[in-house]
Amino acid sequence: MKLTGSQILIESLKKEGVDTIFGLPGGVVLGIFDALYHEKDIKVILTRHEQGAMHMAEGYAKATGKPGVALVTSGPGATNTVTGLTNAYMDSCPLVVITGQVPSQMIGNDAFQEADIVGISRPCTKYNFLVKDVKDLAQIIKEAFYIATTGRPGPVLIDLPKDVTFAKTDYKYPDKVSIRSYNPTVQGNKWQIKQAALAIGKAKKPVLYVGGGVVLSNAHKEISDLAEMTQIPVTMTLMGLGAFSGTHPLSLGMLGMHGLACANWAVHDCDLLIAVGARFDDRVTGKVSEFAPNCEVIHIDIDPTSIRKNFKVDIPIVGDVRQVLKELNEVLRNSFIEKGDLIETRKPWFDQIEEWKREKPLQFHQDTQIIKPQFVIQKIYELTKGNAIVTTDVGQHQMWAAQYFKFNQSRTFLSSGGLGTMGYGFPAALGAQAAFPQQLVINISGDGSIQMNIQEMATAVIENLPVKIAILNNRYLGMVRQWQQLFYEQRYSSSYLDQSPDFVKLAEAYGAVGLRATKPEEVEGVILEALKVKKPVIMDFLVDPNENVYPMVPAGGANHAMVFEDPKPVSEDKPASMQSPDSILTA
Amino acid sequence: MQRIISIQVENKFGVLSRVAGLFSGRGFNIESLSVGMTTDPTMSQMTIVTDGDERIIEQIVKQLNKLIDVIKVVDLTENEFVEREMALIKVHARGDDRAEALRITDIFRARIIDSSPTTYTVEISGEVKKIEAMINLLRPLGIKEIVRTGRVAIAREEAKMLVQKEKKVAEG
Repeated sequence: MKLTGSQILIESLKKEGVDTIFGLPGGVVLGIFDALYHEKDIKVILTRHEQGAMHMAEGYAKATGKPGVALVTSGPGATNTVTGLTNAYMDSCPLVVITGQVPSQMIGNDAFQEADIVGISRPCTKYNFLVKDVKDLAQIIKEAFYIATTGRPGPVLIDLPKDVTFAKTDYKYPDKVSIRSYNPTVQGNKWQIKQAALAIGKAKKPVLYVGGGVVLSNAHKEISDLAEMTQIPVTMTLMGLGAFSGTHPLSLGMLGMHGLACANWAVHDCDLLIAVGARFDDRVTGKVSEFAPNCEVIHIDIDPTSIRKNFKVDIPIVGDVRQVLKELNEVLRNSFIEKGDLIETRKPWFDQIEEWKREKPLQFHQDTQIIKPQFVIQKIYELTKGNAIVTTDVGQHQMWAAQYFKFNQSRTFLSSGGLGTMGYGFPAALGAQAAFPQQLVINISGDGSIQMNIQEMATAVIENLPVKIAILNNRYLGMVRQWQQLFYEQRYSSSYLDQSPDFVKLAEAYGAVGLRATKPEEVEGVILEALKVKKPVIMDFLVDPNENVYPMVPAGGANHAMVFEDPKPVSEDKPASMQSPDSILTA
Repeated sequence: MQRIISIQVENKFGVLSRVAGLFSGRGFNIESLSVGMTTDPTMSQMTIVTDGDERIIEQIVKQLNKLIDVIKVVDLTENEFVEREMALIKVHARGDDRAEALRITDIFRARIIDSSPTTYTVEISGEVKKIEAMINLLRPLGIKEIVRTGRVAIAREEAKMLVQKEKKVAEG
């Protein structure tokens, strides 16, 4: 039987196990949406903006581990996916994005709602396709899912001209796929794994540096096996949070620019750094020449380009993190390493780490009059007992969430790490909620970030996705304000938001619930109330606008030289500020 | 250091853009790039001349390998290779200069492939140094236009080299 391109698309998506699509229709994709009209197996979540659809698909993918799917129209629909594509590309998130395109014979004619999305998205997708013949469609979809989900995952875009969605052909979905020019290395080199095991056995001061790759390859069990068996403390990147339990005694918490002192100091002093599924991002390393200066480095990653891109590596192992860790653990298990001996030899190292933890714990000054933003996150953590999927936007609230919420499970912390996209958190939360309707999903946001995709409140209410939004409302673009205070002599240029909309009324206008806390003693009540409601809720916490995120490594500075508090004013007319080592040259 | 990188890619639309975009997006340098067909109609051959320190070249090779449409990447500079470039040079040639142009063409074993009462067009192929030397000699005559192909290169066949070596040894 012959099917149309639209029908082939839908049948193929079903074969790939797709149960939810996030999208918004428009002229050239009407055929596809028409074919979805009677479709029972695929739920379509209609968003209010294509960027929302993209982040929802990403939230869905990050929470489930399955590829997220978005479907949008040509032209502006397609160009609105670019931020979402770039975000997914930088955070290695598997997405398959279908954009409509003007009919084949009109491509290149500057037709209405035409955009060269294949050209535009080339540098921000793992791969993209323009379907020229309906006969190729099934094969292309198969390849798209294969490329998106294997190797280092990433977004794949399929551009589908309108005539292809109506053209008919025989349909058969390919069983398997092989692309001669694409064969990601999965198994690690055995000799290198042995070298890594030897280095681990020898090390006196080792540290595991765990990134998002551990989450992506579902290696949380293997990483904790390794850490426990060999008694190695674990620090995580923003993307790695949850890959290893944040409450585990071996956990050092996050490292990097706003990492914990013990984590940064341990990495600085270690004699063996084991980087797993991490890429030595500048927010992690600070000044590269002073990052982990006296150690041997093992780097396990599926992407060969991540290795030695910006940091020297002694033992590189290219492969799927989970496979490599399994083998490494096996080698270690069969070696003569005794856990008891390791605890003994590493005692001075753990003593040192404990001392650092005591010396500079994560802390803020509680206040009785004004709500401290960290306090809100602590309370959310306490009252949910950590049983929630937490998403964030980007800025101060993101860092406080990473610092004060302890993530015990993989895929429970969804944040925009690489691209730093404000407006990511709320739609990502909706995507996660769509995947897990019974789970508690919380979006921790700021008064700046939340307004970047606030239109999706309508989606939340109509699709009955009861996401809880906690706005840490400080009336500023807080992280910008913090940098201006510290490095630009308190000239708050364009960072004061002044009056935001009344978020309580805004929630109500959308048909959601709005709650507000203005004093510390109201915080708990508001959170408990929000948790009770089976609807989307905005919690508006009016927090201290002057609070800064500490510890902080000034951009371009060395990680061991962290700053822990606001500098003292020099005199009344000379405001306090800091010298960023290369503030002009580094982001 | 200058490197010549040979890349086999899928013969599809957009591939050149992916390769070029990789270089521009990551700030790598392209000195020359040439693309051509291979014996297999589904594959194309690219030769890219680039430069950078060891770390950059390692990244270029890795990043090229990461592109889905790239089948094989070889840094020819790591081993023995031969390289050639071709140039078409249109040079002013009147009166005595006509004889001079012919002499220079002869010295470089180049060919005149077009002539007009006032110009010659010379075809030359060889290593870059040779082409540049010829351009320098023709310059005083007045060069009207130059078109260059960019370099192409191919690895020397090791087996052949060995045979030749043995032959040389045998021949004393």
